Amino acid sequence: MHCRATSFVFLTFLVGALLLPFTGCSRLSAPKADFTFINGAEPESLDPGIVTGQPDGRLCLALFEGLTSRNADGSIQPGMAERWEISPDLKTYTFHIRDTQWSNGDPVTAQDFVRSWERVLNPALASKYADQLYYLENAEAYNTGKLTDFTQVGVKAIDGHTLIVRLKNPTPFFLDLCSFTTLLPVHTASIAQYGDDWIKPGKLISNGAYKLAEWRIDDHIRLVANPHYWRASSVHFKVIDALPTSNANTSFNLFYAGKADMIIDKGQIPQLILNEIRNEPYFHANPFLATYFYRFNVTRKPFNDVRVREALALALDKDRIVTRITKAGEKTAGSITPPGVPGYNPPTGLGHNLEQARKLLADAGFPDGRGFPKFSVLYNNSELNKQIAIEIQAMWHDGLGLNVDLRTQEWKVYLNTLDALDYDVARSSWVGDYNDPYTFLGCFMAGRGNNRTGYANPAYDKLLDQANAEPDPAKRMTLLQQAETILVEKDVPFVPIYYFVGIVLYDESKIGGFIPNVVDEHPLRELYRK
Amino acid sequence: MIAFIFRRLLLAVPVLFVVISLTFLLMRLTPGNPFSADRAIPPRILAKLEAKHQLDGTLWQQYTRYIRDVAHGNLRDSTKYFGRTVNEILAQTLPVSATLGSLAFLIALGAGIFLGTYAAVHHDQAQDRLAMLTALLGISLPSFILAPLLILVFCTYVPIFPVAGWGSPDQIILPAICLSLPFAAAIARLMRTSMLEVLHLEFVRTARAKGLPERVVIYRHALKVAILPVVSYCGPLAASILTGSIVVEQIFKIPGLGPFFINSVLNRDLFMVGGTVLVYSVTLISFNIVVDALYFLLDRRIKLTS
Repeated sequence: MHCRATSFVFLTFLVGALLLPFTGCSRLSAPKADFTFINGAEPESLDPGIVTGQPDGRLCLALFEGLTSRNADGSIQPGMAERWEISPDLKTYTFHIRDTQWSNGDPVTAQDFVRSWERVLNPALASKYADQLYYLENAEAYNTGKLTDFTQVGVKAIDGHTLIVRLKNPTPFFLDLCSFTTLLPVHTASIAQYGDDWIKPGKLISNGAYKLAEWRIDDHIRLVANPHYWRASSVHFKVIDALPTSNANTSFNLFYAGKADMIIDKGQIPQLILNEIRNEPYFHANPFLATYFYRFNVTRKPFNDVRVREALALALDKDRIVTRITKAGEKTAGSITPPGVPGYNPPTGLGHNLEQARKLLADAGFPDGRGFPKFSVLYNNSELNKQIAIEIQAMWHDGLGLNVDLRTQEWKVYLNTLDALDYDVARSSWVGDYNDPYTFLGCFMAGRGNNRTGYANPAYDKLLDQANAEPDPAKRMTLLQQAETILVEKDVPFVPIYYFVGIVLYDESKIGGFIPNVVDEHPLRELYRK
Repeated sequence: MIAFIFRRLLLAVPVLFVVISLTFLLMRLTPGNPFSADRAIPPRILAKLEAKHQLDGTLWQQYTRYIRDVAHGNLRDSTKYFGRTVNEILAQTLPVSATLGSLAFLIALGAGIFLGTYAAVHHDQAQDRLAMLTALLGISLPSFILAPLLILVFCTYVPIFPVAGWGSPDQIILPAICLSLPFAAAIARLMRTSMLEVLHLEFVRTARAKGLPERVVIYRHALKVAILPVVSYCGPLAASILTGSIVVEQIFKIPGLGPFFINSVLNRDLFMVGGTVLVYSVTLISFNIVVDALYFLLDRRIKLTS
């Protein structure tokens, strides 16, 4: 008897352990989506004023639409604004908001934009991207708390359908910016009602092509077509699932097994099998506005000597890196601004010249690398960064006789180290926010948060200020080019290594509406099944 | 028995307090900021974010406010996932990991006990060697090797299971096997050693002398004593298997708690780290109490005192 009793207790415990938590099932009854894609990391938020990551931004752009929006080819077209006028001094924009509704039927008004931009600029929101609105008059002062009266900021609603925006400078990329996530309108009434919870399914009110139907952490986000969207009839996929994944092999498995129609995030392509899949018909690689580069800490000896920086830059054989390591068709970089910005010719940069590099190093007092202190290359922990660092370590050692240590740190620590200028040489990358060189060049102005090199050159800053004030687009581009030439050929606070390519996997014979473009934006509403 | 469990639960309170305190202080002392990102954050925005998450003021103030909140059951907001509370993330992910873990636990226990007993009964014969070779493989094959192999065989060559995902019963099989195998192997080895010892004890000889069939001798008499080491191994095992595994959950894209144990540390998602550590500690303490109670039920020679 006793024996039976104990086995009974034991069994109950086991069965209980099995059945108790059986509440975790999610999608048993959900119908299949029209289109499923791998979106990359789990979104941190869907609040356009808060998000910073690409996967988050992609979903925000499907849910919300700005004054302007992007075509499948990345070009700018009217969005919530059906038309606009620009004043002769290029500083005042008058937008005419179209007659359209939010997903709950409320009309979209000019005031929605004023309130949304006020929200982003309000210091209380602590938006990391608030500076995307600094092009507006007094926006920076309001965001930094120097100004408390928002009516002084350069955005005003004249009536429900007319929005006037006043800019500090003629900003030729402003219409581009109007489609950017930070400038998207949000439904402030529902934010007031729900607080931080407003981004959850059932609460989120959107004005874009899609509505948020479901969101389960690390599982899926389901978007359904928004019937109130102004061109709802041209939206092809009615139900879309975005799958967050953190493992490239899993992403590829899902795609390969037909469970996902597209892998849209370049981080979700397994590096290991790149050689095997790069010739497959579903492999699509296209350049976009992003650059991989190595920073020098110009406040540290011997990197404060421009000859040393130039020598290190000239000693790099970047071809070896793109052909042996990255292997997805990347182009070597001479400039920080990638090619592809309309009207802009980036400088050619320094190239590869070992002899000159040795000479410069000798001039700087280190013939054949003798007497050069041992230094380290800092990178954030990733297989690709490591391989590139090892290759560069070998190039500097074999070419110039320098002893280089590799120093790896996890992401958050690495960011702190960069900010504190506690490194010698560090791996970095930068992705353009809008289609203009300034998105890259602005980083290296003296004292900017993204400078992270200690670099400061008044002549460089002056050229950028002149460019910002220049109304003639062609002259502006010339000024920017002069500035970038100083940066990459004379002062060399960093060495550009290569321009990124975006890799997207999808079957071209089945999915249409995907057009490669330099801004790497591919609106979900443009996609269709062939 | 009730008094024993009550005493143990009381003892758990100071343990949890120390665990939470250490986690919070260590995370605050670790380099790296929860809010830093690719784009530099202006210092005033950083200050706002820190204030919003009550990370302003001295370390002592931050600590006492946090302990107070935890005591009230508020594990705070994630610093990475805006607008999500740690309680909410745990409520969404823990049931998933626990479901997968329960099945894996049952497989590990069932397969391990059977394999170990089988090996012990056939001591030093071919069956024993084969069973122990299987166990050795199970221990040596890490899940990041085993999972892709299983996917290759059962999803690509013989497509009977889905490659990844969560929600339908067929999606739980492969990850559960993957998760359970190393533990099944460990249990099998433990079980074999313990069973070999027990089979030489006098009460087993008595049972055989009574003319009981061998099946009854082993599974009714010997197993009950031989299983004790396995039961004590099961406490920590259940705690770790039920709270999820980063490798298995990532490979099979299971929306569980496992990845948060590692990623929340990497993201410096301070309060999420606190949440995961708390969940794990509570589970571990509870299962250890259950194990002690089971010991008492399985072997009456053991007295429950603290």
